[in-house]
Amino acid sequence: MAYTRSQVLLCGGTGCTSSGSRVLEKEFIKEIKNSGLQDEVEVAVTGCFGLCSLGPVVIIYPEGTFYSMVKPEDVAEIVHEHLVKGRPLARLEYKETKGDKVTESLKELDFYNKQTRVALKNCGIINPEDIEDYIGSDGYTALEKVLLSMQPQDVINEIKASGLRGRGGGGFPTGMKWQFAANASTPDGVKYVCCNADEGDPGAFMDRSVLEGDPHSVIEAMIIAGYAIGASQGYVYVRAEYPIAVKRLQIAIDQARDYGLLGEDILGSGFNFDLDIRLGAGAFVCGEETALMNSIEGKRGEPRPRPPFPANKGLFERPTILNNVETYANITSIINRGSDWFSSMGTEKSKGTKVFALGGKINNTGLLEIPMGTTLREIVFEIGGGIPNGKRFKAAQTGGPSGGCIPAEKLDVPIDYDNLIAIGSMMGSGGLIVMDEDNCMVDVARFFLEFTQDESCGKCPPCRIGTKRMLEILNRICDGKGEEGDIERLEQLALGIKSAALCGLGQTAPNPVLSTIRYFRDEYEAHIKQKKCPAGVCKNLLDYYIDDDMCRGCGICAKKCPVGCISGERKQPHVINPIPCIKCGTCLDSCPFGAVKVAR
Amino acid sequence: MKKSLEELKAIRDKKKAELGLRKGKNGYKVVVGMATCGIAAGARPVMVRLMEEVNKRGLTDVTVAQTGCIGLCRLEPLVDVIDPDGGKVTYVHMTPDKMSRVIEEHVIGGTPVRDYTMNILDGQIIDPVVRED
Repeated sequence: MAYTRSQVLLCGGTGCTSSGSRVLEKEFIKEIKNSGLQDEVEVAVTGCFGLCSLGPVVIIYPEGTFYSMVKPEDVAEIVHEHLVKGRPLARLEYKETKGDKVTESLKELDFYNKQTRVALKNCGIINPEDIEDYIGSDGYTALEKVLLSMQPQDVINEIKASGLRGRGGGGFPTGMKWQFAANASTPDGVKYVCCNADEGDPGAFMDRSVLEGDPHSVIEAMIIAGYAIGASQGYVYVRAEYPIAVKRLQIAIDQARDYGLLGEDILGSGFNFDLDIRLGAGAFVCGEETALMNSIEGKRGEPRPRPPFPANKGLFERPTILNNVETYANITSIINRGSDWFSSMGTEKSKGTKVFALGGKINNTGLLEIPMGTTLREIVFEIGGGIPNGKRFKAAQTGGPSGGCIPAEKLDVPIDYDNLIAIGSMMGSGGLIVMDEDNCMVDVARFFLEFTQDESCGKCPPCRIGTKRMLEILNRICDGKGEEGDIERLEQLALGIKSAALCGLGQTAPNPVLSTIRYFRDEYEAHIKQKKCPAGVCKNLLDYYIDDDMCRGCGICAKKCPVGCISGERKQPHVINPIPCIKCGTCLDSCPFGAVKVAR
Repeated sequence: MKKSLEELKAIRDKKKAELGLRKGKNGYKVVVGMATCGIAAGARPVMVRLMEEVNKRGLTDVTVAQTGCIGLCRLEPLVDVIDPDGGKVTYVHMTPDKMSRVIEEHVIGGTPVRDYTMNILDGQIIDPVVRED
């Protein structure tokens, strides 16, 4: 008998894999066999469920019971209690952060309830290494429809009508991009379809999760794109730092070839298309479209001037479309369900949904997908479960190093491409980093600028030299050596870099600095004028001291101090010598009486 | 192997049933009490029969589930059949053959099998009159 009555789903995304989900898989298979249930309970490894901080995550269907932070030693208990006896193990069931209510099913979690999943529709549900799971989820039906009943121009019209805009950050209308490439002429008839999976923003992992959880949706969309513009070769440019995504994508490509969905005469339509992976070495600039194409061609990953635009002269000087992973992940749903359905979601100028990777000071770190027009407040406080430890929300950074921060007073702005630009940030690829009152905004700006400065390819002087100068000023401010006029100097440099840099990296690099100056100018001024860091982050602006009244003279701090700068008689108040002090904070953490204080 | 359109459709239909488990089904839900008391009274063979029947008859929209102790240990093995509107019928003292009849008449036919259901009279639970075929 082979009837599957129950399925144990294990998250095999990068987050859960690193917290040990593959060990769980072995344990589950072993324990299920021990209980004689191997013919009726199936164990499947899927893509990311979204709640990465709770990993490893296990979901058992048909109940949809959500177990979090499962350890190998818990597996036997889950099998005996849940699978043999049918009672969910309350001890490991995930509790929603609001109140103590134990959720019985995944469908009841606020985290999932408030989401609309289009690009992530199969993530966490299907086994990404099995093409038949994808086919069983209406996979490759869009391809059938396109190849057998639509003309290339029909496909482009449908994408145009949907209002889909590029999910990589720029927000360029996808249908228009396809139209340009379809119209472009080429001497030998060769065109290319490329996928940008070079996700480099710190804290962003949307594309990785789609490739890990649902690689066929990207492959199917790229074949459709090839048909629409008349290309027969595609490349997925993915960074080598994503080993699981690369492995699953390769498996998916091999399976699609085996099933005749890639290759010659696909589905008997006479259309040929094949796909290859190109690995990137991890340079941030290679996420920029022209640098990415240089890299695929085997050249140094440096941007080239535009025009000519890739739609006319892209990869190997042929007309090329380059879309982001998430953009492709929306295509099959648009074809299957129609552009009207897609454009019914979202705001006037931004249709559909957006995937965000939520990180930083937030309870539910993870991956989520929401309709455009959702407010930041809903994302942070409802789906994200709010800020840990009762701290106050200060700002959220969107768009990574190219974006800006959104302060608390803008929490109710509906998120879409245009609104974010209006408030000085940008959609970006979807990284969303939440910051609380303990984050210093000057330090945050410095962090992002340090990143872009480091990642600048060095080809054009505004980016190479300009960001360096800006970083020097920021370092100076954080070290307590800021001067009057530094803010103005930063603004002036930023303006110059934004207007003169060659590519998107340089043009957007000053954004984090500009937006933090715009909303948190007082923090910059406190650093420069009072030489204080209000959030208590910038070490050189802090002073550690011991409160005489609270110190019991136990000597623990003096023993732990790595530079030996604390002295005092036993049972007498101790003193910190500020000159050798390296402000490491060890004394603060080790004092049992809370007598060590920080002067901000 | 290159797949034809028909072969793809066959795979799609076959897999849809399997994956349906993860996406929620709309049909009947059959729940077997599988706590210690249920297992001791013979719930396991009932469960096995249930799975066989669902599989054999291709009832892709039926959810097979199990639960812990329902609290009526003396009436075990207990089976709840929950219809798509949430109405619940509890069958008691179940056996594999009774399970087959419940599938046939209730889950497929839509009429609960009164012979095996729990009876409540003046707030007291009365064992059903068990009529062996």
